[in-house]
Amino acid sequence: MKIVVCIKQVPDSTAKVVVEQGKVSWGDAPLIMNPWDEYAVEAALQQKEALGGSVTAVTIGDESTKETLKRALAMGADGAILICDPALVNMDTQATAQVLAAAIQKTGGVDMAFFGRQAIDGDAGLVPVQTARLLGWPALTLASVIKIEGSNVRVERGVEEGRQIVTAKLPAVFSLTKDFGEPRYPSFMGIRKASRAEIPTWSLAKLGIAAPASVIAWPEIMNPPSREVTCEFITGSSPEEIAETLANKILAEKVL
Amino acid sequence: MNTWVYIDHFKGNALPASWEAVGVGKTLGNVTALVFGSGIEALAKAAFEYGADEVLLADEAALADYRAEAYATTLSKLSAERTPDLLLFPTTTRGRELAGMVAIDLRTGVMVDVTSLEATGDKITVTRPIYAGKLLTKETCSSRPQIITLRGRAFPKPAQQAGKSGTLTKVDAATGDFPTKVEGYNTSEGGVSLTDASVIVSGGRGVSNNPALTPPAGLDEKQAEIWRAQQGFALVKDLASVLGAAVGASRATVDAGYVPYIHQVGQTGKVVSPDVYIACGISGAIQHLAGMRTSKVIVAINKDPEAPIFKLARYGVVGDLFQIIPALTAAFKKKTGK
Repeated sequence: MKIVVCIKQVPDSTAKVVVEQGKVSWGDAPLIMNPWDEYAVEAALQQKEALGGSVTAVTIGDESTKETLKRALAMGADGAILICDPALVNMDTQATAQVLAAAIQKTGGVDMAFFGRQAIDGDAGLVPVQTARLLGWPALTLASVIKIEGSNVRVERGVEEGRQIVTAKLPAVFSLTKDFGEPRYPSFMGIRKASRAEIPTWSLAKLGIAAPASVIAWPEIMNPPSREVTCEFITGSSPEEIAETLANKILAEKVL
Repeated sequence: MNTWVYIDHFKGNALPASWEAVGVGKTLGNVTALVFGSGIEALAKAAFEYGADEVLLADEAALADYRAEAYATTLSKLSAERTPDLLLFPTTTRGRELAGMVAIDLRTGVMVDVTSLEATGDKITVTRPIYAGKLLTKETCSSRPQIITLRGRAFPKPAQQAGKSGTLTKVDAATGDFPTKVEGYNTSEGGVSLTDASVIVSGGRGVSNNPALTPPAGLDEKQAEIWRAQQGFALVKDLASVLGAAVGASRATVDAGYVPYIHQVGQTGKVVSPDVYIACGISGAIQHLAGMRTSKVIVAINKDPEAPIFKLARYGVVGDLFQIIPALTAAFKKKTGK
């Protein structure tokens, strides 16, 4: 199995993210692998362990995003590719998908491409399906269980009503949810291996594509309006009395 | 503006955000509803009653189960032939992925999970949350058609006008070899969906470790811990059931294995916006607050008066939630007659 896992570097989920002078700032919070992508790396590694083959982690970014690729290597990925080009800035999801689809095609012979369900910065959740569409592969998104037999794949995926069970043929794109199971921690040996790894950089020229045009623009990024609430603390001589008062207050809001 | 609205449904039952999208479309001009499936004429009728002027109905056995590739190809083909200005989808699992695929087919962009929008001529500027609502961004799209997915509960649901009708146009599903097959569903994890819920009762670490309980004999440490948590969440579920509410959970309780992930509220779970959010034993980590801060009325019950959740709460109770929650359940039971 030739497996690619597409990952993204994002500010830590505990970061206090604000807009300062029109720019997004996360203070001194660290940049980490998008938490959802950890499940994608885990799923990719499990498939490799079950079926043999190799896992290559791919990201788009500058030199500093190599840190996130190194985390994937430390978790057990066999190789990593950084796609880095000055033309790749302010990309919308379809432009990102075009670059990733080109990278998957250039890699050649890929059977499975794994993604996290969405990145916790842009929250779009579109890149997996858009990459699949460009490749002409089935998009098996929001997967919690994946079973492969030969070139047949069976997936349980989360939908509003519970789980939908679908079958398809490889090659395919997968996106993963947290139900898949806890991602592994990098091993000590893995960290040592990752620290010495040479990570190749692919430019757009190397990918053989022109810079894809983004069609979405972000004219203004804002802090959300602050919530002007003062908490009214309910007190009473017994839990019953407190509950009675609280229930009346909630009912008086006329939202139930 | 000539607006198309994709009606997302499961076995003929529309998700409410579909009708909210029809309502948004009506504020911009004429609405054509897209109703795809098998044996779903009743849904076409409902689309008219919620305000659609026209329905494009693809009613075929081949569309009986939602399959992204078959649905997206049908939608893209119709759109290429009939050139709407704007495509609206509810931000549901299916709506989001169809929007993404159709955008690739039509070489355009998607403005996703939008919470407000305004039109100037045929150009739409949307506002949507990013970083799980820690920030908001405005967005525009330079290509056409514009494709937008609308967050559930961010727009009002229009009133249903019984008997209202419109132009019904039957269309064909795209033909092609779509290798994805639907084998079935497991809906046992269902219940009230968090993103559709008007009331949510959530539990955190605080409900998970009632020191007053003695676990049954024979459990090891981890089993005893889970047993304690389940007793706590039973109180949360009782309150939710009296209120017809969905059950939410903090990331800590999901990560500890007390509650399935489907219940997680927050940055790596679901972002919710109910009318009432009752947080039980949730201190309010920033990732959790990001996922529920737009709830209309937030109620927090916690033993720690310094818990950050109280900064967002309209009402707070500092106390023993193992006593307060059952008392609140009893009080609502009495008052609502359930």
